[in-house]
Amino acid sequence: MTRLASLVRRPWIWSFVAALTVWAATILFTGGASTVGLSQAALTFAAFSILVGIGQMFVITLGPGNIDLCVPATMTLAGTVALKFMNVDNSMILPGLIVAIGIGVAVGIGNYALIKLLQIPPIIATLSMSFIVQSTAIWTNRGLRIKPPEVLAKFTTETTAGIPNVAFVALVLSVLAFILLQKTVYGRWIAAIGQSIRAARMAGIPVDGTRFITYILCAVLAAICGYLLASFSGGAALNMGSEYLLMSIAVVVIGGTAVAGGDSNVPGIWGRRCSCSWSCRCSTPTAPAPEFGSS
Amino acid sequence: MTDEPQRHAVIEVADARVSFGAVKALDGVSVKIMPGECVGLVGHNGAGKSTIVNVINGGLTPHSGTISLSGTAAVRYGIGTARANGVRCVFQELSLCPNLTVIENTRIMHQTLTGWGWRRRAAAIIGAKLDEIFPGHGIDVASPVSHLSIAERQMVEIATAFSHVAQPVRLVILDEPTSSLDASLATQLLAYVRSFVAAGGSVILISHILGEILTTSDRIIVMKDGRVVAERPATEFDEHSLVAAMGSVVKGRDIAKTIKPTHGLQPLLTAAERRGKGLSFQAFSGEIIGLAGLGGHGQTDMLVDLYLSHTSNWMNGRAPRVTFVAGDRALNGVFPLWSILKNLSIAHLSGLSRRGGLLDDTGEAALGQSWKDRIEIRTPDVDNPILSLSGGNQQKVLFARALATPAPAVLMDDPMRGVDIGTKQEVYAILRDEAHKGRTFVWYSTEMDEVCLCDRVYVFNNGAIVAELKGEDVTEKNILAASFMGAAA
Repeated sequence: MTRLASLVRRPWIWSFVAALTVWAATILFTGGASTVGLSQAALTFAAFSILVGIGQMFVITLGPGNIDLCVPATMTLAGTVALKFMNVDNSMILPGLIVAIGIGVAVGIGNYALIKLLQIPPIIATLSMSFIVQSTAIWTNRGLRIKPPEVLAKFTTETTAGIPNVAFVALVLSVLAFILLQKTVYGRWIAAIGQSIRAARMAGIPVDGTRFITYILCAVLAAICGYLLASFSGGAALNMGSEYLLMSIAVVVIGGTAVAGGDSNVPGIWGRRCSCSWSCRCSTPTAPAPEFGSS
Repeated sequence: MTDEPQRHAVIEVADARVSFGAVKALDGVSVKIMPGECVGLVGHNGAGKSTIVNVINGGLTPHSGTISLSGTAAVRYGIGTARANGVRCVFQELSLCPNLTVIENTRIMHQTLTGWGWRRRAAAIIGAKLDEIFPGHGIDVASPVSHLSIAERQMVEIATAFSHVAQPVRLVILDEPTSSLDASLATQLLAYVRSFVAAGGSVILISHILGEILTTSDRIIVMKDGRVVAERPATEFDEHSLVAAMGSVVKGRDIAKTIKPTHGLQPLLTAAERRGKGLSFQAFSGEIIGLAGLGGHGQTDMLVDLYLSHTSNWMNGRAPRVTFVAGDRALNGVFPLWSILKNLSIAHLSGLSRRGGLLDDTGEAALGQSWKDRIEIRTPDVDNPILSLSGGNQQKVLFARALATPAPAVLMDDPMRGVDIGTKQEVYAILRDEAHKGRTFVWYSTEMDEVCLCDRVYVFNNGAIVAELKGEDVTEKNILAASFMGAAA
């Protein structure tokens, strides 16, 4: 009984309750006809949002005003460049991932350089950075649509034991993020900075260094997400990230992370994202095929 | 001149008592201000000067005691009554609206400036008064206050208070009016105060510059610990007797001070002269160094600068060189969302992380428990939220946070505010003990007793160090004398 009580007090539990409710309602309406397909499609799309959501959560935890609006552009650029670099060659899959991560690191450095050197608020700095990154993506892409290497495309679209592979990737990264936040010095530092940047500085926390790493982390996760999403949908599209900006913020906030900073929540992202996916699926129950692949 | 029977006091406060919690801010104070006199009000920080000023200007209702205006007892005395009876106040912290012009600020203070052409009338009133008090001031009354310098703002505020609009001005309270004015402007103001008094007005002058008080006032009231301890005509005081009247009796100390020979040693911390004047700062291993002087004269800035210059904003080494105990808990101390334990361990996380970067939960819990016992943090469980503690206990957590680190130097920004006397004694003992082991403490305190515990004291005035006292020279009398010395020079 006390265990149930302590569970109820956790903010993330409610996003899971909501997710299960919507899922059950959907099954009820469709008469159980597409239970498996629905759940798989929902989990796949949930996985992509979770990847960007984790990065956004780290940034939002840094406190009021901290946000990364460069997420969609980073996804697009990382997806475009990585696919172009791999050039449908199965042996280039790992180097391609490294290229994507490198783009994430570069974007993160650029973001924090704007914030710190030019003293621009993060919301404007990352937005300006996103124009630069998006323009670069347009310039490299030039309307070409390069297919992903076959093995990578298969990996991102297939399931293992009934669960989409990308969901496993998201799960592994979530567990890592959870450990990072709850069990490491870095996690304590970002939560401290989010509560009071001045108190954090006076407690000996290297505030600039920590924020710098956090913006890089967010951009890298967005880049990985772009890499996987481009492979999943059969090629990078210039607008492929646009859906994920608001989503990355929404899953964080509704999942129970304090918008004012200092308090974050990994499990909540999952619950929130899944409940959102169920309901999206519910409105188009006959379209289990991913939209991105069909265009 | 006060013995003419037909003349009533402008305001008379009798036996006023005000307490904030357990602190008695006013403990039976009686003050009587006659027309045509300037009363000087002096006392150390926390003596109750601001409290009695707030009672007189109606901002604070005393818990007991009476207030009478022109000989008749006021029933419901408040800010409105005070203003209607011509009581004006110039505050130490400037109270103008920076986004409005001088004219518009005049209108805010003088509600009766209404109807067509109020701007023109207000401009005429404030302009004339500025010319009268500060001839050749050069202030454009149509410019926003944010465009003015601090001194110009203070001048506008003073002129606004002295302006006669609807009610005659009978009593003006000047709280540290010259703190942001230079010598020539201060002379102009004090000359105006004398002419205002000669014309039958009354002034209460609060200043830490004793020379001003002595030359300008007719009568001087000395306050200490919420009481009036001396009240005599200004001619019967000199600087020495004023300082003596302000100080409290130095209590006997049971700890003998050790003056360590520091000659030839490498200092642990150093700082150059502040703003290019005064003395430079040095701290050696194992010393307890006090930063004294009146509140807000640059002690906190000095500590923060020392801290920031010895720590990095980008990287964190495993062994911090300095650590900081915040006095302003809400601003730079407490992490409000966290438990007591997390608040305590945050500065020492590098010592609690195991290989692979993961935190050692058991080690953290042990650290919390040992400090909870050592300085008696009053909580059943250190996992409770920090905000569940009283202010004094939160302060203990911040103390433990700093002492838990291995840093050789501890900077303390008036850390004993709201800490009860028992705990204070324990903390003093811990400080002595740690200093004996070689730790250095730099301690800013507004409490004279605490400053007197230090081995060596730097006295601040106007942002600079004006004096250094060592060992047996660290006495209340010497510190007070040094605090005022720089201001008079």
